[in-house]
Amino acid sequence: MKSKGKSYYLIPYYLWIALFVIAPVLLVIYYSLFDLDGKLTLDNYVNFFTPVYMRMMLNSFWYAFLITLFSLLVAYPAAYLLTRTKHKQLWLLLIILPTWINLLLKTYAFIGIFGTFGPVNNFFDLVGIGEQQILFTGFSFVFVSVYIFIPFMILPIFSALDEMNLSLVDAARDLGASGWTTFRRVVFPLTISGVRSGCMAVFIPALSLFMITRLIAGNRVITLGTAIEQHFLVTQDWGMGSTVAVFLIAIMALFMILTGSSRKGVRG
Amino acid sequence: MRSKNKNGIANIYLVLVFVVLYAPIFYLMYYSFNSGGTMHEFEGFTLDYYREVVGDTRLMIIMINTLVIALLSSAIATVIAVIGALAIQHVRSRRAKNTLLSLNNVLIVSPDVIIGASFLILFTIVGIKLGFTSVLLSHVAFSIPIAVIMILPHLQEMSPTLTDAARDLGATRRDVLTKVILPIIKPGIFSGFFMALTYSLDDFAVTFFVTGNGYSTLSVEIYSRARQGVSLSINALSTLIFLFTILLVIGYYYLNQRKNKPMMHTAEPVAEAGVPR
Repeated sequence: MKSKGKSYYLIPYYLWIALFVIAPVLLVIYYSLFDLDGKLTLDNYVNFFTPVYMRMMLNSFWYAFLITLFSLLVAYPAAYLLTRTKHKQLWLLLIILPTWINLLLKTYAFIGIFGTFGPVNNFFDLVGIGEQQILFTGFSFVFVSVYIFIPFMILPIFSALDEMNLSLVDAARDLGASGWTTFRRVVFPLTISGVRSGCMAVFIPALSLFMITRLIAGNRVITLGTAIEQHFLVTQDWGMGSTVAVFLIAIMALFMILTGSSRKGVRG
Repeated sequence: MRSKNKNGIANIYLVLVFVVLYAPIFYLMYYSFNSGGTMHEFEGFTLDYYREVVGDTRLMIIMINTLVIALLSSAIATVIAVIGALAIQHVRSRRAKNTLLSLNNVLIVSPDVIIGASFLILFTIVGIKLGFTSVLLSHVAFSIPIAVIMILPHLQEMSPTLTDAARDLGATRRDVLTKVILPIIKPGIFSGFFMALTYSLDDFAVTFFVTGNGYSTLSVEIYSRARQGVSLSINALSTLIFLFTILLVIGYYYLNQRKNKPMMHTAEPVAEAGVPR
């Protein structure tokens, strides 16, 4: 595997892989086999397939799906339009800038914006819809999450669109394809790798968000992330928490294999 | 390609996206000056909350903690990442290289909750007390892969003939590293350090799992304050952080401009985007 010569200096990196990449995964799997009293058992896995956890899992998937879908719907046109602007690198930087501001602060802002006396409710009052309970609903959770994730969706799609050969679009138009057909048959397939990367960058974190659910959704929405946090830090049932984590890791691995194999082809 | 009219709609859409992206941030900043104490009725201008933030010793200690952790962890992570990039470069077989790269990227794609929970188990088993050490170790751990990804392209672009030439001219392994390789990959090392820094400053979920009682970083503190409801000192704090972030970004942009490369092509887009922390 290695060429001749001493390679002792590589040890810290391999040590990091062993201690912080491989060991944690094994430990999570190991812990998932113990119940609250420290007895070796498969109960956690049996519990995971009860309606309570299954509903939570479906819920979590449904919300992650919605968040990914809405992020994509907002981000694709935005990324497309960004590639058409002058100084696009500058605009892109402005899109990325909010991601460098602490996630919690942005989430906190929505407590004010969506609050009972906040600007959104003021607006609703003004147009005659009347006051609505926006905070602590599924809607606010999806909205804030989409808000948080949009830059992560725009970025890869922008890169894909930017690398696309524009003469292909012109060719399609010259050959008589309508705008929609050109998009559907030429532009979108050529940028699918960006869309995949974007979906991956959104879907997995969306499954595991717990601070947004706590701050914005007021425990109405329980995701896999919330469950893990709850088990580890509140109820101290590390075994069950680990079991949920094992499933999340499995989903993640599956997702990476699915998106990874197709991405290789595009990069070629 | 498009008519004027369509362009108008397109511009409105883009402007709308920008407005929505920035509205919450400016909303926070605006109300940080509100003497009314709420985030919905602006009564009068005041700097009270800034005074509160500056005068809050606990908060100051937490900020220093956050900065110390960020600087220290990124420095350590960058050093190990240089080694890591060399290790990946060092491996000859394609399969082993891919395996190593996948292992490297595990922590980038893993959800924070998993990283946090598994590190919590690790530290408990090894017997490391939760607090400064556990937070520092976690930050080093999750910063390494991103720094490796920033450094690796520079190493791959480097012509192997350079090191061969140096060896032929009698340079020792150490000389090759310090006089040839490191100067060439310096831009990558800097962006790696910077990314690690922003990751560390931003991290909430992982830190939340591995901080014990009594030790806190800014994100964890903001979370616990935000859970108690609206307090305009958080707004004042966020305004200060926003300004600080802009300074950092300008610094990073300047660094990238100097390399005369468009910013987004230095690394993989997903890696650049990373997983929000």
